[in-house]
Amino acid sequence: MYEILAKEELAPTIKKITVKAPLIAEKTRPGNFIILRVNEKGERIPLTVADYDKETGQVAIIFQEVGYSTKLLGSLDKGDHIHDLVGPLGHHLEMEGYKKVVLLGGGSGTALLYPKVKGFAESDAEVITITGARTKNLVILEEELRKKSDRLYISTDDGSYGHHGFVTDVLKDILENEEVDLVVAIGPVPMMRAVANMTEPEGIETIVSLNSIMVDGTGMCGACRVTIGGETKFTCVDGPAFDAHQVDFEELMNRLTFYQNEENMAEEMEVD
Amino acid sequence: MAKNPNKTPMRNQKPEERIHNFNEVPYGYSEEEALVEAERCLQCKHQPCVKGCPVEVPIPEFIDAVLAGDVEKADRIIKSKNNLPAVCGRVCPQEEQCEEVCVMGIKNEPVAIGRLERYVADYNLERECEPVEDKDMVTTYPEAKGRKVAVVGAGPAGLTAAADLAKYGFDVTIFEALHETGGVLRYGIPEFRLPKNIVDKEVNAIRELGVDIKLNTVVGKTITVDELFADGFEAMFIGTGAGLPRFLNIPGENLNGVYSANEFLTRVNLMKAYKYPEYKTPVIISDKVAVVGAGNVAMDAARTAKRLGAEEVYIVYRRAEEQMPARDEEIEHAKEEGIIFKLLNNPIAIHGKDGRVASMEVQEMELGEKDDSGRRRPVPIEGSKWELELGTVIIAIGQSPNPLLTRNTKNLKTEFWGGITVDDNLQTSREGVYAGGDVVTGAATVIKAMGAGKDAAANIKDYLISEGKKNE
Repeated sequence: MYEILAKEELAPTIKKITVKAPLIAEKTRPGNFIILRVNEKGERIPLTVADYDKETGQVAIIFQEVGYSTKLLGSLDKGDHIHDLVGPLGHHLEMEGYKKVVLLGGGSGTALLYPKVKGFAESDAEVITITGARTKNLVILEEELRKKSDRLYISTDDGSYGHHGFVTDVLKDILENEEVDLVVAIGPVPMMRAVANMTEPEGIETIVSLNSIMVDGTGMCGACRVTIGGETKFTCVDGPAFDAHQVDFEELMNRLTFYQNEENMAEEMEVD
Repeated sequence: MAKNPNKTPMRNQKPEERIHNFNEVPYGYSEEEALVEAERCLQCKHQPCVKGCPVEVPIPEFIDAVLAGDVEKADRIIKSKNNLPAVCGRVCPQEEQCEEVCVMGIKNEPVAIGRLERYVADYNLERECEPVEDKDMVTTYPEAKGRKVAVVGAGPAGLTAAADLAKYGFDVTIFEALHETGGVLRYGIPEFRLPKNIVDKEVNAIRELGVDIKLNTVVGKTITVDELFADGFEAMFIGTGAGLPRFLNIPGENLNGVYSANEFLTRVNLMKAYKYPEYKTPVIISDKVAVVGAGNVAMDAARTAKRLGAEEVYIVYRRAEEQMPARDEEIEHAKEEGIIFKLLNNPIAIHGKDGRVASMEVQEMELGEKDDSGRRRPVPIEGSKWELELGTVIIAIGQSPNPLLTRNTKNLKTEFWGGITVDDNLQTSREGVYAGGDVVTGAATVIKAMGAGKDAAANIKDYLISEGKKNE
C-alpha cells in the first residue's frame, strides 16, 4: 500500500498525486513509467512518472481523468492509499549529445514531458519547450517548464492564451528559422503524428512516447504491441519512446479504441 | 483381496453446467473413494513411482498413511518433499511421471496417485491443520541462521526453492514483479482447473515457514541483482519463468481482437475479468473464437472463452491429433465442453474489418516425411486454403523467457533463445546465483519447475554451508 502524501489539481480533470516509493524514486530516470492499481478490484494502469526525488523517496504522477480508473484515482485524497505501485518500467531516454532540442507537450502529455525537459536542462543542450492545451485553464506546469527551458512557447486551440492554434504551428516556425537536432513529442496520437510528418522530410531525429494499452507492463502480455518500422515491438519493454518516423500511428490509434465501449460502461457506473 | 483393476473414477461437474461457470471441474475424492483407491497400491519395495516424481514424494508411504486413516500424517509425508501438493495433485502430468511407472499400471490402470495427493492436501487445507514439521523429515542447519537468500519470482520454482531454503534455516525473501503470488498458477491456469484460494492457502503455508514475499518488485528494474548482494543477500535463485508470448508473425496479428494467450488468461485469471464489471479489467470475446495451438495453455484459453460466452470455440493446430502437446485429460475436458478441433490446419493470415478481426485464413495440411524431431512434418495441401469467420483469435503457441532480468544484469550468460545458462548444479555464470524452471528449460511443467527449485535450494545450501563459503 502506498500512502498519498499530497494531491493537487493542476487544471480541471488534471491532477497530481505524490506518494512515497523510495525504491522507485531511486531508480527512475526521465521516460520511465509505473503501473498502479488503485484498489484490489482495479485495473493495472500505466502512468508516466512526472517527478521523482531520490532524497525524499517521493514519486509524483500527473494524470488526466479520462476513464473509470483515472477518475477513481482522482477521487482519492491525501492520506488515502494506492493498493499497488510497480516500477520504474520501460527504457529511459538517452539525453546526451544534442545541441538544440525542441520538446512538445499536448494536453496532459505536458505532464509526461516535464521530466524530459528537466533531464535535457541538465545536459548541454539548448531546451525549447512548446506546450499546448485546448484553452487557458488547461495549461499546466507553466512555471516549472519556464524555469527549466531556455525558451517556452504556449499555444491554445481557442487562442485564450499564448499562440492561437496548435503546437505544430510553433514548431513549424522554429524549424524554418533554426537548426534543431532533436524533437520530442508527447501528447494525443494525432498531434504526435503531425509532428512526425513535419520533421520527417527535414530528416530531424524525432522521438514520441506511446500510451499503449497495457496489463502487466513487463513484457508478459503483448497488449501494448505496436508496429515500428514494420516490426512488432512491445511498448512496455521496448519503449515507451520510439523513433516517430517508424511508428504505425494508424494501428496505434485503432488499438487504443478496442475497449472504448467497456470504458464508457465502466464510467457510467458510480465511482465508489 | 482382489484389487480393482481400474482407477476409482473422479466425479466431475457436468459439461453442460460447467461451461457456464468458473468453478472447479473435478470434485475430488471423498474419504470413501480415497480409501478404495489407496487400497490398490501394491506398496512395492523398489518404489518406481518415487523415482518418477521430479520432487521424489514418498508415494507408497503417504498412501499407506491414507489407508491407515491418518491423513494428517500423509500430508506431512508429502510436504517433506512437496510444498505445493494441492497444486500438484491438480496440474501435474502424473500419467508421464509417477503413474507412468506404477507397477499396478503394467496390467491394469495405475494407482491414481495425483487424485490421492489432491485428497490429502485438500483434507488438510480444509481443516486448516497446523503445518507440523516431522522432525525426522526436515533437516535444519544451525549455520543457515540469519543468512539471507533471495528468490526472484513467486511461481512454482521460486516458491519451492524458498520453502526448502526456509526449512534449511535460511532467511528467505521472494521478490515478485506482479501484485500477486503464484506466477503461472495465478495468471495462467484458470480457476476451473486450479482454484485461486488453493494457491493462496499453499502460499500462506510457505509464508508460515518464515518466507518474506515482496510483491510489485521487478528485479532488474526496481532493484538489481548487484544491489541485492550489496544488501547482504549471499545467494540467489532466479525462477522468473517463461512469460514472453510468442506470436505467429502473420499478417493481421495486431488487429483488435487478437490476444496472446498470456494476455487473455492474465486478464481473466489474475485480473479476474470473468467477474467484470465488479473487477474493472475488461476482456472482449466474440461469438466465434479461434485458439491457435494445442498445448495445455491452448486448452485453458479455449475452455475459458467458452465460459465467457463464446458460442463456437475452435482449436486450430497445424499438426495432427496424436501430436497435440496438451494432456489427454485436458483435451478430453475440452471436447466434452464442445470445443471444435480443426487439426492439420495452419493459420496464414488474419483479416479485419474496421480494425477488428473478421476472419482467419487457414491452410489445410497433411503429414509428410519425418523431420529431425522424428515427428511427421505437416505440409500444405495445395489449393486448400479456407476462411474461418470469427471475431477473436487467441495465440497459444508458446512462451519464451522474459528478458527483463537478464537484460539488466551484468555477466549473466544466456542461451541464444533467451534461457539462462546454468551448470550441472543449476549455478549461472555468476557465483552464488542459481536458476531453474522455465527460465532455464523453456516452457515446461509446474512440477519440473518445482523439481528445479528443490535441487537449486539444496545446491545453494551446499554452497553456503558445506562448501567453502562459511559464515566469516
